[in-house]
Amino acid sequence: MYQIEKARLGELFARIAASGELILPVENNGTSQYGTWTPEVEVRLDRLNTVRSAKDCFFPQTENLMGFQMKGKEISIIDQRKPCEPFTVFGVRACDAASFGILDRVFLSEPVDTYYQSRRLAGTIVTLACGEPEETCFCSVFGIDAVKPGGDVSCWLTEDTLFWKSLTEKGDALTEKVKDLLTDGDEAALKAYQEKISAIHEKLPLKNLSLEGFNGDATEALFDRPEWAELSEACIGCGTCTFVCPTCQCYDIRDFDTGHGIQRFRCWDSCMYSDFTKMAGGNPRLTQKERFRQRFMHKLVYYPANNDGIYSCVGCGRCVAKCPISMNIVKVIKTLGVKNHE
Amino acid sequence: MQRVIEIIKEKAGKLLADGTVDRVIGWKDGEFFYDPTPAVFSAGELENLRYDSFCGANVSKYLIAETKKEGKILALLKPCDTYSFNELVKEHRVDRDKVYVLGIECRGKADINKIRDLGIKGIESIEELPGDELLVHTIYGDKTCKLNDVLLEKCLCCKSKTHVASDDLALTGEPMPEAPKDRFAMVAKLEMMTPDERFEFWRGELSRCIRCNACRNVCPACSCLKCVFDNDASGVASKANADTFEENMFHIIRAFHVAGRCTDCGECSRVCPQHIPLHLLNRKFIKDINEFYGEYQAGADTTSRGPLTDYTPDDVEPSIVMKRGGDQ
Ligand code: SF4
Ligand code: SF4
Ligand code: SF4
Ligand code: SF4
Ligand code: SF4
Repeated sequence: MYQIEKARLGELFARIAASGELILPVENNGTSQYGTWTPEVEVRLDRLNTVRSAKDCFFPQTENLMGFQMKGKEISIIDQRKPCEPFTVFGVRACDAASFGILDRVFLSEPVDTYYQSRRLAGTIVTLACGEPEETCFCSVFGIDAVKPGGDVSCWLTEDTLFWKSLTEKGDALTEKVKDLLTDGDEAALKAYQEKISAIHEKLPLKNLSLEGFNGDATEALFDRPEWAELSEACIGCGTCTFVCPTCQCYDIRDFDTGHGIQRFRCWDSCMYSDFTKMAGGNPRLTQKERFRQRFMHKLVYYPANNDGIYSCVGCGRCVAKCPISMNIVKVIKTLGVKNHE
Repeated sequence: MQRVIEIIKEKAGKLLADGTVDRVIGWKDGEFFYDPTPAVFSAGELENLRYDSFCGANVSKYLIAETKKEGKILALLKPCDTYSFNELVKEHRVDRDKVYVLGIECRGKADINKIRDLGIKGIESIEELPGDELLVHTIYGDKTCKLNDVLLEKCLCCKSKTHVASDDLALTGEPMPEAPKDRFAMVAKLEMMTPDERFEFWRGELSRCIRCNACRNVCPACSCLKCVFDNDASGVASKANADTFEENMFHIIRAFHVAGRCTDCGECSRVCPQHIPLHLLNRKFIKDINEFYGEYQAGADTTSRGPLTDYTPDDVEPSIVMKRGGDQ
């Protein structure tokens, strides 16, 4: 375990950036967004979460898959995959760090998504413990410890010091590159800080949210619950909740006519949209109620059914904070769960 | 003095009881007080109805769907919401006969983001104190702020505290504060910029757009059954921005499409998760319309012709574009 003065973080970032892109939360007109570090950007490690999640680093909103070029009657196929250069994401919160495991189960199982895989292999994740959690946070409900956030390297930022602890081989490699900037870490000081912030996490209003009643076998019990109508009543089907979510993984594949060929790309899709799962034979989800139900059933029932009982929500609270009509997974869990009626 | 919510419940209760209306659309509680959700109430459910500084959401667009149902619905509309309502009636989206409009008093609505911008974190609940003060209970201790310091952009530029559509009003009689801010000030500033600066400004702002469509889906002027951007057959359907130009396109087309119909209700800017100042686009159009065709407020009535769907010999010539377009 190592440490560095907070005042010297600029040097640390410059060093990391010297050997590949460094992506971290930066200021953008009153919001925080993951962006590329340069000496000019204003790094925001004080705001808890970025609007978009760290998922973007591995599964971007749009990406080219392949091209088709027409020459007379000949069509040639262009493989647009490029080897991904090594990069580092810094300041990832525990919830986002946990989301990668959920995405991995989708993209890295057979057939492997090589676009995602190449970014996962090239990326080193440096996490940051949450010292000032928000009321919308409920990661602990999913067994995530925001005080010990995981990743390849875990960091803790106190008023004056950044603690640095490598957890994996990738983390060791990164540590090697910055080692001369670091000094031996003060274990006692780190422990004291961890205890201090653990006490804060204990006070979070959603920490006792119970997931009882939600599991891979709950489809029958939950699918036809009448409460879905009321829960979804005001949903405007915007898809904000899906686009800010670190674990939403659905995408659409589209062809763009470039005039002399076809650009095939994929972009995020949202189960909240009316043409999601539109097929030749029609659309199985005709109203917003069904689309709304899909999102939450996927997180709490369908995904666990296919993934050893693991939920595909990490409790980051983004959908809680960002829904235009303030309807979200917490209200769904409270309404349909077994144990949340105080 | 009676609180406005009590007046609302009393009036709504009576109208439900005597059969004038079958349902009420308003807001119900959320998790942390600052997050109420629009909701429809039947007789017997009114205890869950709430109305306070956090009910910024405009419920008028829901009336498109609600008036397709049987029976009559009572709509709780703030002054600004009544403009959206009128515009929807004018465009034959909402059946006026199936709505009973209860115009409700408004002292301005709070923007939770502005409360957070004051550095207030971990908000568990909020209490409204006399004198428009907000007492914020957080896991880091209690904080206070003034409603006036955290108003939504739309309320800083509130059009008027008069309801332009109503069958009855729910008012306490306490004066409603007037808007403190000139809504065209920032537009004028943008107009003073060079085209390059302005382009930079918008590219910067719009670069954050995630095309979540919240702005479009919440907009009472965006009431097409199928948006051109969702329609595969349109050839311009775009679910996400394939390139940086597309997000600009989406917003420019949307702004053009609502021009002359946008009431400046402010919902688009309120809901944008990326804090993009979409109202500036709309207000630019409104300002131009005012200058070219005379003062016009969409939604002020249900009968007048909109300036862009009407013709008068005094209309500005298209060549104005060349004069106003700035340096090429
Ligand atoms: S739940 Fe909220 S954020 Fe999600 S689609 Fe519905 S209105 Fe939009
Ligand atoms: S469902 Fe909501 S709280 Fe859960 S991971 Fe997604 S955005 Fe975060
Ligand atoms: S714009 Fe005016 S009427 Fe509308 S919510 Fe704000 S203060 Fe109230
Ligand atoms: S609400 Fe904001 S982020 Fe979403 S599409 Fe509109 S401008 Fe873009
Ligand atoms: S464009 Fe924005 S301000 Fe205008 S009517 Fe639509 S939501 Fe309201």
